[in-house]
Amino acid sequence: MDVKKLRESFPGEIHENPGGGILTGKLEDVMNWSRANSLWPLVFGTSCCAIEMMHTASARHDWSRFGFEVARATPRQADLIIIAGTIVYKMAPVLKRLYDQMADPKYVIAMGACAISGGPFFYNTYSVVKGADHVIPVDVYIPGCPPRPEALLHAMIALQEKIKSGMTREAIRSESQAMLQQ
Amino acid sequence: MTKEELKSTLTTLFPEATFEENAFVNINISSTQVLKVCTELKENPMFDFDSLVCLSCVDWKIHFNIVYHLRSRSFKHELVVKAKIDNHENAEIESVRNLWMTAHWHEREAYDFFGVKFLHHPDLRRLFNPDDWDGFPLRKDYMDEVNIVEL
Repeated sequence: MDVKKLRESFPGEIHENPGGGILTGKLEDVMNWSRANSLWPLVFGTSCCAIEMMHTASARHDWSRFGFEVARATPRQADLIIIAGTIVYKMAPVLKRLYDQMADPKYVIAMGACAISGGPFFYNTYSVVKGADHVIPVDVYIPGCPPRPEALLHAMIALQEKIKSGMTREAIRSESQAMLQQ
Repeated sequence: MTKEELKSTLTTLFPEATFEENAFVNINISSTQVLKVCTELKENPMFDFDSLVCLSCVDWKIHFNIVYHLRSRSFKHELVVKAKIDNHENAEIESVRNLWMTAHWHEREAYDFFGVKFLHHPDLRRLFNPDDWDGFPLRKDYMDEVNIVEL
């Protein structure tokens, strides 16, 4: 790995000594840095967005390059859930339970129009939840129907930046609202 | 059998039925005749409709149609049976589950979404909706002011 690049991205200082080096930094920042770079997504997909998510995970786009590594088939080992697809009222309790079973800290990406607002199923439907954020809190929304793999990667990198900033969802939300009001 | 042969044979067997023709031969019957017609279509070696491709329900606001797409694997001919249920409030029709096992889940589905009662069905429960669901969501008169945003 390029040491120079490591210096830029690592939240602290590197003191080089003969026979090794010493890293110094704030523990919180180092924790956030390491969390952001090893997010394990949950294998969870409810419709066509999941196909695009699989595509993002496999060879051509390969989200491992950005630190997402292996997708986990159990919520107890995952710390990121990508809501890939439509959430219906029958699925909503399942989604909630999966989210509850994940260990803290946990993060959520709402992928595609259905997960954001119900999308094409917003009107005249008896079964679709109009936005997955009615069920669990969401960190990053990525629009599209479905979003391309590049868009999903963009959302995941945006999530990494949020984690590295060390702020909670609520803090980021109130800050961005304050920026809008100015 | 060709379409014409099917039609003429069926006319002699069921004189009260009416016919339409599109891609398939359609035979329109009343819901009370369904078991008689379907048993004949399946058991008669002339027809040998051994496969129920699809069972669907159509809500026409004042009546229901139950539509059976039938196919014979030996003769390769196809037929559509449309059974009309006149009672829209308490729709009831005889189950064909004992003729074609496929109908078991198809009829549960039609019951789940339209509330059509299939008589003598051994296990008529909801299939897709949660068990505690209120109402039948694909009926034209289904209303849910809390969850449905009208366009």
